Amino acid sequence: MIRAQVEGQPYIDWGWIADHMDDVWTRLIEHSYLTFLAVAIGMLISFPLAIFAHRHRRSYGPIAAVTGLLYTIPSLALFAFLVPYTRLSVLTAEIGLVSYTLLILIRGVVSGLSGVPSDAREAALGMGYSRSELLWRIELPLSTPVIIAGIRIATVTTIGLVTVTALIGKGGLGFFILMGIDRNFPTASLLGSILSLGLAVLVDFLLVRVERLVTPWAHRERRATI
Amino acid sequence: MPEAMIRLEDVTKRFDSTDQSAVEGLSMEVADGETVVLVGPSGCGKTTTMKMINRLVEPTSGHIFVDGTDVLEQDAVRLRRGIGYVIQSIGLLPHRTVAQNMATVPKLEGWEGGRIEERISELVSIFDLDERMLERYPSELSGGQRQRVGVARALAADPPVMLMDEPFGAVDPIVRERLQDQFLDIQRRLQKTIVFVTHDIDEAIKIADRIAILNVGGKIEQFATPEEILRQPANDFVRKFVGVERGLKRLALMKVEEIRVEDGPVTAPGSSSKDALEELARFDFDWISVVEDGELLGWVDRSGLEKAERVSDVDPRPFSAYVTGESTLREALDSIVTSRTQVAVVATEGQRYKGILTLEKISKEIVT
Repeated sequence: MIRAQVEGQPYIDWGWIADHMDDVWTRLIEHSYLTFLAVAIGMLISFPLAIFAHRHRRSYGPIAAVTGLLYTIPSLALFAFLVPYTRLSVLTAEIGLVSYTLLILIRGVVSGLSGVPSDAREAALGMGYSRSELLWRIELPLSTPVIIAGIRIATVTTIGLVTVTALIGKGGLGFFILMGIDRNFPTASLLGSILSLGLAVLVDFLLVRVERLVTPWAHRERRATI
Repeated sequence: MPEAMIRLEDVTKRFDSTDQSAVEGLSMEVADGETVVLVGPSGCGKTTTMKMINRLVEPTSGHIFVDGTDVLEQDAVRLRRGIGYVIQSIGLLPHRTVAQNMATVPKLEGWEGGRIEERISELVSIFDLDERMLERYPSELSGGQRQRVGVARALAADPPVMLMDEPFGAVDPIVRERLQDQFLDIQRRLQKTIVFVTHDIDEAIKIADRIAILNVGGKIEQFATPEEILRQPANDFVRKFVGVERGLKRLALMKVEEIRVEDGPVTAPGSSSKDALEELARFDFDWISVVEDGELLGWVDRSGLEKAERVSDVDPRPFSAYVTGESTLREALDSIVTSRTQVAVVATEGQRYKGILTLEKISKEIVT
């Protein structure tokens, strides 16, 4: 299977791609799975933290600082650091991927909550909403567009980062990119890159659709007369 | 006076950040079905006072009773569901349709769907809303529509008490006037106990049963009917706050039917011109009202009568304007000063002649 770029050979070897469609599908699914898992776990961690930060303003500084620090660790260094403890596993990959989503997701939820119009909040309290009813029925629904915007950024970022986990034996489409580099075989690198990019664009588009679907009120034409 | 629906006893509120009390030792009572307007300059504690009634602001000391129960001994959330609440910015929930917004409190209270729907169509007819509006989101409404939906929402669970904080403050003057008229009309029917906050003394005069004029620190400078405040301001503060045109503002509160109208020259189509001219001379007028079986036909002037045998020979000209018993004295005054003859003719809606009003008569009403 060792191939090299040879003079006269086409830059993209369509035949090779056609022969490896099964592999492409497997890697694509693995890529999507790693991404979904990272964003989902990231959300599970971020959501309560963000609500806590929203309720206790003073805790937002430290939370933002810690997640910001995680965000700045170079991904290669992080994986290298983790491998001795968690070996070449999905766990290692996910610890890294999840860490990078936290800053974006927490910030999304917190800014969504603080963007809730204060008059809506006051009217709701005045009408007899309890604190938790206010959060679940007013504040979170109204924050949804901003929260989903955060999820979009986190997801697109994660899709890109998943390719790096190829270095520790996971990596989804990163597998092809790494293979292309190792074997000086541009077809594989290009395939991995383009599919990864395409996946990011597709998922981003789908999330925009979801956002429109769940927040119809945020997208109505303003027509103020009858 | 009936049992007070809302009673404030020696209520004080001090905010942590300031030494000065926002409200100091305030006591007042609001009777069942009464509209009390709190008015005063900014910083007078009117909004703070109102918010203590539904515990959006907790009093530092003192007691507040709503319908006989101390609000501080009630669960704040339950208390608020029983009190209608409208704020200036309205605070419609942007993610809910107009119908869902109106259903807010009934839903919190666990009403079943059919009952909520029924109540919403009731509100639609009370507030004369457009049915098509129900499925819209607040961002799709005009300012005036939002205000009406906000008030309708506050009334949804039919609370006996309403708190309204400048509910008509955010709309233009023409819409505001319409909303106030509608508010008065609805309040006449529903007879809620209302505490209404505004900084606009004219709004207060228009809608209040009683006005509490507050000074800085929640000090009540005067607590009386609009008429009394205009007639007899308690002190300089009130006089200044009520402002110029006190007399005119009082005229706006008085109806033509509340005073005795004057007699004016009247004739019938069947009378002779001579009799009509005599009648006209008796009042020192140069025109005369023509009335047939109590119905006002119009007026004829002296030169017309002088050329005729009988009144019926002259075509009576219609009055360009007349006032009715429902008109305010201010409208009557306007009619007087804009008419060529300096007289307002009073008739009923059905053109039944009542008499006339002159400038002297109206100014006498203000002075007494």
